[in-house]
Amino acid sequence: MMKRRDFIKQTAVFVTGAALSSSALVMLDPKELLAQRPELRWGFLVDTHKCVGCGFCVKACKIENDIPIEANVTRTWVERYVLKKNGEVLADSPKAALNGFTSELIDQNASGLKEVDADEIAQAFFVPKLCNQCETPACVQVCPVGATYQTADGIVLIDRKWCIGCGYCVMGCPYGVRFFHPVEHVADKCNFCYHRISQGGNTACAQACPFGARKIGNLRDPNDPVAKTVLRDRVGVLRDEYGTKPQVFYLGLSKEVH
Amino acid sequence: MVEQIAAMVVHGEAWTVKDLFVLPNEYVYWSIQIVMYPYMTGLVAGAFVLSSLYHVFGVEKLKQIARFALVFSFALLPVAMLPLLLHLTQPLRGIHVLMTPHFTSAISAFGIVFMTYACIVAAEIWFVYRTFIVASVVRLSAKDNRTVYQRLLLQIYRVISLGAMDVSKEAVESDHKAVKFLAGLGIPVACFLHGYAGFIFGSVKANALWMTPLMPVIFIFSAVVSGIALCIVSYYVFMEIRKRAAKGGWNFFLPETIGHDRAEFSYEELNSMQDHEVKMTSKYLLIFMTLALTLEVLDMIFRGYTAVKSWDALRQVIYVHDFTQIFIMQGLLGNVIPFILLLLPRITVRRAVSASLLVLLGVFMMRWNVVIGGQAFSLTFNGFMHYSLPIIPNSIETFKEGLMGALLVVISPFVIFYFLNMVFPAFMEDKSATH
Ligand code: SF4
Ligand code: SF4
Repeated sequence: MMKRRDFIKQTAVFVTGAALSSSALVMLDPKELLAQRPELRWGFLVDTHKCVGCGFCVKACKIENDIPIEANVTRTWVERYVLKKNGEVLADSPKAALNGFTSELIDQNASGLKEVDADEIAQAFFVPKLCNQCETPACVQVCPVGATYQTADGIVLIDRKWCIGCGYCVMGCPYGVRFFHPVEHVADKCNFCYHRISQGGNTACAQACPFGARKIGNLRDPNDPVAKTVLRDRVGVLRDEYGTKPQVFYLGLSKEVH
Repeated sequence: MVEQIAAMVVHGEAWTVKDLFVLPNEYVYWSIQIVMYPYMTGLVAGAFVLSSLYHVFGVEKLKQIARFALVFSFALLPVAMLPLLLHLTQPLRGIHVLMTPHFTSAISAFGIVFMTYACIVAAEIWFVYRTFIVASVVRLSAKDNRTVYQRLLLQIYRVISLGAMDVSKEAVESDHKAVKFLAGLGIPVACFLHGYAGFIFGSVKANALWMTPLMPVIFIFSAVVSGIALCIVSYYVFMEIRKRAAKGGWNFFLPETIGHDRAEFSYEELNSMQDHEVKMTSKYLLIFMTLALTLEVLDMIFRGYTAVKSWDALRQVIYVHDFTQIFIMQGLLGNVIPFILLLLPRITVRRAVSASLLVLLGVFMMRWNVVIGGQAFSLTFNGFMHYSLPIIPNSIETFKEGLMGALLVVISPFVIFYFLNMVFPAFMEDKSATH
């Protein structure tokens, strides 16, 4: 019979051996494997002055990206802000503005629809939202299996075959752009229509917008209209305090919008 | 049309009620199972720390409960994983965390930390019980007419003895050293395991309630508190059962009897043991409670004092929406009352156990208020979300992430313990002290 002491000794040798041999496997950093792309970085420009809240972009996105029309989740949405003269701020996004803003009543969810007297309104505007394809994305950082990752051209993608559905990224994104796909049951979000833009196309939302409020562009190309605007005009980004370095730029951002 | 809608259930929609301005994709995504997850891990860690008080620091008075706490902590271990698994929308892919851990994520290393910890606990149990295992193998093999149970037990003991049958004085001596070492090593790892659970929340920068470096520390202390409280309550309950069993001769609840053919303790012996251990342990409970409470109050004061942008929304959640859960259930019932109960002189077993039950409620509510409360306000800070726990399940989702799923998690450790106790009698009188 094996002596106890020997047993422990042998186990120790075995464990050390196994640990040593597995340490020979070098961790590969996907970033190093992917070629860097100094000539391409996707960015997005939203001109809030031009948005009328028709919601065509939301509908186009849902159809293009197979997000069930009636499901209460979406890759992009439009918010309406109503600023009253007394300083009160009301905002809503009924059904993510899928059908546009057809009513003057403000949708306050459980608190019902709120009527605002036209005389009380100081100003009102619309703000489209989508994934910011952050430079340092919180969602990529927190994904435990690496199913959410960033491409060399800056787009954050989700591997539907690998996502375990923990929801950490949904919690981690400071912009609330993530959700669980109602059919695929994995995390989902806007990817600037990666399948289209990488073939030289436009995003579905930008194409659908009749007023040119949405534009996709290459921030590294000095002649690109989006890059030019970002460089020369006064643009803002959402929630920069989180250090995510968002790459969706807004013209006409107001302090009420986060 | 109906089917089409049914097929399109949006995760989270079933239990989320939105109020005012909430973003379209916002739901309570982390529900009851994520409340259960730190709760269960906390219990594991706390039970282990309690057992280590005896093994490492030689708190002789906790000898009996220490052994129980160790075995119970092992029974709780597999259950700490369960809520995480039940919560995934793709539970079958859970293994991906071990296959491609993405180390910038706080969850990714959980599997590794968890497994390290499991190995330590398993090894410690093995060393604690080694002499017993050997003795059992010897005793059971010497018998000619073995019952089915005894035959099965013999097989199990043969396997888990791992062939180490040496019970010489030096060997037993080194067993004790190993136990002490493992128990000592286990404390930081247990704290790490649970501090880590706190880090998972504390590092979510998008969440104003969670993001604080205090989170891991708060979690560690409340973990120890809840673990000790659970050990007191379950020790009490199991001893009650054993007392009844000793009186009525129900050997099924006295595992050592199955091996030995006779009861080891009389009713009176059990009674005095229970009395002593429960009272002693409740003293330690009080100490750790004080620490945990201080930290939680500190956190609250700090938030109110610094009052950053999110404070308006947080205050609304804390003082209005979740007032009952935070101040009545967690604060009054879960902290203040048990604190007074434990502090009053001449503690009785019943009082200690009632206080422990309340403490368990308090810690559960603390987890609830962190996880659910952290999602009670929208990222817009202008809207709120209410979580209504699904009670009667009408789909897999509402089962997994509803009351039933939570109950499943709560019951499992006791079932596991029942069987584990047959192999490693947790209430055995240790004639050869472990150190
Ligand atoms: S907006 Fe959110 S989902 Fe999109 S890249 Fe940034 S953190 Fe990730
Ligand atoms: S839900 Fe999927 S993509 Fe998001 S963090 Fe979890 S595994 Fe990663």
